Amino acid sequence: MKLLTNLISGLSLGSVYAIIALGYTMVYGISKMLNFAHGDVIMIGGYMSFVMSVYLGMNAWLALLIAMFVCTCLGILIERLAYRPLRGTGSLAVLITAIGVSYFLQNVALLIWGANPKMFTSLFEGVQPIRLAGGSLTVTAESLFTIAANIIVMIVLTLFVNKTKAGKAMRAVSEDNGAAQLMGINVNQSISLTFAIGSGLAAVAGVLMCSAYPVLTPTTGAMPGIKAFTAAVFGGIGSIPGAMIGGLILGIIEIFARAYVSTELADAIVFACLIIVLLVKPTGLLGKKISEKV
Amino acid sequence: MKKKFTRFAAVAMAGVMAFALASCGGGHPFKKDTLNLGNAGPLTGGAAIYGNAVDRGGQLAVNEINAANPDGVQLAWKAEDDEADPEKSVNAYNTLMDKGLNIFIGTTTSGAGVAVAEKADEDRVFTLTPSASQVAVTEGHDNVFQLCFNDPNQGVAAAQYIMANMKDKKVGIISQQNDYSQGIKEKFVSEFKGEIVAQEVFAKDDEKDFTAQLNAMKDAGADLVFVPIYYTPAANILTQANKMGYAPTFFGVDGMDGILTAENFDASLAEGVMLLTPFVASANEEATQKFVKAYVDAYGEEPNQFAADAYDCVYAVYNAFNQTGLEATADTAEICEAMIKVFTGGFTASGVTGAEMKWNATGQVDKTPKACVIENGVYVQK
Repeated sequence: MKLLTNLISGLSLGSVYAIIALGYTMVYGISKMLNFAHGDVIMIGGYMSFVMSVYLGMNAWLALLIAMFVCTCLGILIERLAYRPLRGTGSLAVLITAIGVSYFLQNVALLIWGANPKMFTSLFEGVQPIRLAGGSLTVTAESLFTIAANIIVMIVLTLFVNKTKAGKAMRAVSEDNGAAQLMGINVNQSISLTFAIGSGLAAVAGVLMCSAYPVLTPTTGAMPGIKAFTAAVFGGIGSIPGAMIGGLILGIIEIFARAYVSTELADAIVFACLIIVLLVKPTGLLGKKISEKV
Repeated sequence: MKKKFTRFAAVAMAGVMAFALASCGGGHPFKKDTLNLGNAGPLTGGAAIYGNAVDRGGQLAVNEINAANPDGVQLAWKAEDDEADPEKSVNAYNTLMDKGLNIFIGTTTSGAGVAVAEKADEDRVFTLTPSASQVAVTEGHDNVFQLCFNDPNQGVAAAQYIMANMKDKKVGIISQQNDYSQGIKEKFVSEFKGEIVAQEVFAKDDEKDFTAQLNAMKDAGADLVFVPIYYTPAANILTQANKMGYAPTFFGVDGMDGILTAENFDASLAEGVMLLTPFVASANEEATQKFVKAYVDAYGEEPNQFAADAYDCVYAVYNAFNQTGLEATADTAEICEAMIKVFTGGFTASGVTGAEMKWNATGQVDKTPKACVIENGVYVQK
């Protein structure tokens, strides 16, 4: 029974990591850059949705749509202003800029919304959790929906990337930027689209994360962002199903480590597992083999 | 491309410089004929709520004193941002010193407090910290005093209260891996004579999921959970316990204060939560009501305990200074020696965080915490 309780907790936490990791992996897969500001776009998504639903009294689902729209624009803007001018200058410059953008977003949120935490109203406010086995097992609506959202997002993204013209263009850009340009693909547009989709997903992730863990502060996105990045690497960064599997496994490992080993060592165990996976499979669980030209 | 990058870098640099300038707070030095009080605390960053509260509480007390005693010693107040970082805090302290600091009301946070206490001792600046609660802040420095309880004392007070009033409870503990929480927890465990059925911790910067810890409490049958943590993670704990259908009595210390101020917080989650705190905004003492009203009028929000601590600090320092018989133009080191004599010589201060506060030679304060329970969204004193 205890095992089952912990498994459910692990899946709930993992599903939040997974949906964040999907955004990470999407952007990395196409533009080969680690967007460390992703966690903070999630936080902005959470705040936008909070403002719409609590201050303006909107329906929670409508608030989610508006948050998605705002984050999509934000993502395009960040890419245009911070990352595009650095394209071709090497990955280190872009990486440092991404960290800068992350701090920038956190401090902007602090200026606008202050440091006092806000309590997010769940998308499923008032929906009673499902209680099984005489109340000792609890499954919340939030975690069921997050898992469902993960599966939907994963399928839609995979179809988009493989079947549509824009998706094919994205894959071409990710394979060989220069050749894609020669073939008449608009590289800038493809990368903008990637950021737009990644940031829209971040808003969804933000709302779902805050529904499950309602305390919203300007640093809310930071730690889950790092964990989700780990999940994406775990599953094979760049791989869409990998991000989801990586997220779920990471969540389960974390909760099991806390429940059966030690709450103090939980993070150490999570990262030790990451190291072991990378030693055995350097590209992650579902990562593609890359043959480097020497 | 190169040119483009240079232009981008130039714009970025300009932005950074504008930011740096804006955060300097004007940079005017203090006047020479005022008694200059300064604070270093996190005005930005994750702990900004505490730093800003201290800044506002201190400023409010200074304004009140100056208005009430136009012929007496005039005070001046400045707070510098240290982002709760020890290194930046020393810089903030140095900035204040350059501006002409006389008495240091700082730091707001403990880690920074330990670093700055060292400097303030070398410079011989009298220091009364509103909220840096670690023992190490005052230890070994005869010029550093605390207005708040130190961490171990809170653990002792909580253990004694529970033993005296709720001795049949099975106690579980959830603490955080930081100095504040561990300091209180360790003292609590060594002082508490009842049954502790479970102890769990959570990481310093990961405050989201507590289901594993709560399941452990539930399985162990804990019906009182001691949570010596800040209210931000506590809000997540209360939400998750509620979803699990687990309803023990949660018992917090001063870090729990503020949970009702979190915006859009569903107060029914905190129903029955108990806490020991030196300051209760809803207390019906006259001094407290006057302070709360003035604070709400000035800043549009209820003061938390940090604001109250800073407010009391300024009054305590002002009253002690008047006992030294010095002029505001006196040398900072001279003020320091005279203030130490007053503080260790039977000086008592009464304020909104305690009546008849006394200090010992190590700089620790002696006052009585208030036990409160949250009922219908307000603190009710027990």
